Amino acid sequence: MSTVLEKTSYKQELEHENGIPFSSNIMLDLRDLKKVYPTPKGDYVVLEGLNLQILKEEFVTIIGHSGCGKTTMLSMIAGLNPISGGNIAVLGNPVKGPGPDRGVIFQSPSLMPWMTVLQNVLLGVNKVFPHATKTQRKEIAKYYLHKVGLENAFDKKAIELSQGMQQRVGIARAFAIKPKVLLLDEPFGMLDSLTRGELQDILIEIWNKEKITAVMITHDVDEAIFLADRVVMMTSGPRAKIGDILEIDFDRPRTRKSVLEHDDYYKYRKHLIDFLEH
Amino acid sequence: MKQSVTLNKTNGKEGTGFLKSFLSKFKMKPFQLDVKDILKKVVVPILSILAFIGLWHAGAKALYNMEATYKIEKALTDQGQEAATAMETCILSGDISCQPNTLPSPVQVWTSFKTLLADHQIISADKIAFKEKTAALNEKRVAEGKEPITYTGRPSFVDQIFTSLKTVFAGFLLALLIAVPIGIVIGLSETLRNSFNWLIQIFKPVSPVVWLLLVFMIVKTMTKDSNQDSAFIISFISVGLCAMWATLVNTAMGVSSVDKDYINVAKVLKLGQFQKVFKVILPSSLPLIFTGLRITLSVAWMVLIAIELLAQSPGLGSFVWEEFQNGANDSNSKIIVAMFIIGIIGFLLDRIMLTIQNMVSFNKNEGV
Repeated sequence: MSTVLEKTSYKQELEHENGIPFSSNIMLDLRDLKKVYPTPKGDYVVLEGLNLQILKEEFVTIIGHSGCGKTTMLSMIAGLNPISGGNIAVLGNPVKGPGPDRGVIFQSPSLMPWMTVLQNVLLGVNKVFPHATKTQRKEIAKYYLHKVGLENAFDKKAIELSQGMQQRVGIARAFAIKPKVLLLDEPFGMLDSLTRGELQDILIEIWNKEKITAVMITHDVDEAIFLADRVVMMTSGPRAKIGDILEIDFDRPRTRKSVLEHDDYYKYRKHLIDFLEH
Repeated sequence: MKQSVTLNKTNGKEGTGFLKSFLSKFKMKPFQLDVKDILKKVVVPILSILAFIGLWHAGAKALYNMEATYKIEKALTDQGQEAATAMETCILSGDISCQPNTLPSPVQVWTSFKTLLADHQIISADKIAFKEKTAALNEKRVAEGKEPITYTGRPSFVDQIFTSLKTVFAGFLLALLIAVPIGIVIGLSETLRNSFNWLIQIFKPVSPVVWLLLVFMIVKTMTKDSNQDSAFIISFISVGLCAMWATLVNTAMGVSSVDKDYINVAKVLKLGQFQKVFKVILPSSLPLIFTGLRITLSVAWMVLIAIELLAQSPGLGSFVWEEFQNGANDSNSKIIVAMFIIGIIGFLLDRIMLTIQNMVSFNKNEGV
């Protein structure tokens, strides 16, 4: 009885809060999420009562002030950070730890510097496709490296590449393990704006093809609008939660030009900036 | 310059560019750079070596004069004027029997070095002769099941060097085999790290001499019945035990302080424990492990001399000690020769380790 009740109330809550009808279309379900860091002065509540549902094949960007707990939330989804309360489910299965169904692209490329580019990508591929032959696994790795424009750098040591090139490898590594959810923690934050634009294009091009559910943290309002189906705004911490959600109604595939020239672009931009400056 | 101008004219356009770049490449720029470079890298070091030798020479001369004056004065007060004059003429004549015994001059040291080399050649010739002489006899003895006769003559200086190197490598290998695996295990587990930390902190600063005594206590009992070379065993184990701490601490630190990003990547990819250790943790801590090994080797070489000296184990240490006890006229200069050889070998060992360290290290940091 109680489970049925819970389900209906959950459904109502969903319809009420987000205006999205309940369906099995939900890939990632964050319910009443809470994160507490104990400190000598007492508990510090980073996140509280955070609810977010992300649909299959959806690209969601998360924007909010520094230190509001965006990264904490993302690393909890990744399973790298224990959950203090509430729960996170991927396709209905609660997250219990990290796993290759959730690929992560970190803020720093985090490549193993002693490995070549190809070896870095293979590290994950070998793990996820243990039954494929060696050649097949290499083919997969090479395919994604090709996609990010690194077809001439397979055997280069990761450390020899520039930061932007390294992050391309990071993108290839994340896509190559064919995750259900892709988590991106400000992946382009450390890059200059030209390289950032390039990498956004590469990311969205692969994403258009693979249609993996993506959750990306960013500080950049334009990046958030350009990439996302929905922009999630988080309130400032402590006790941060979802403040507002903005649907971006541009057609895909998008080009930077068409987005910038779209009538709604400045409306969206104003909405986000108003929220952030509030 | 004149020549180049005329050449330019005859060669036409393409030739000009080529010639210009040729000139700028081979004549002007590198030449100027080279002078500065040669000055910095060759001339200045040579000057500093010459200055060092000059200073050494002057110091040795001053000490020689002090010792000579003291000797003459002593003869004067003890035996009177006649003895003093005799002593003075004796010293001036360069007679070996009455030379003042003090810091040897560079020339004396160089002479001793040559003497030692000549001595080595005599001894090795002796050895070969001995081998030829006993070859037939030894074959017979082996056939009869007896021990072959081996050369038991005095080792030469060069032999001592090789004995020392053998001991230090045995000790280094022992240190590596003990410290690296333990360091990895301790580095992986915080509990183990905390529980063994006191042991490491207490034993790390213990003097080589004490280690030697400890090893002596154990090895003496264990090798009582066998006629093994216990001096060698004692010295190499002591060297290993003294020197292994740097590697142990560095390995544990390297393994425990792997970049969190790499660990996160390993977690997200859900690598197994084995893969995590061998593909992520060990490669990323290799530079620190090798830094530790480099320190270990230099410490091993440093303590070796002291340990050989105490353990009566053959090698450079016992060479130095024997020369000191010997008190012959050229003993002091032989000790200085040994000092330089020890220093140079230590330096070479360190360079070899640095090269290996740079080869395995992924961020090419320049070592000093």
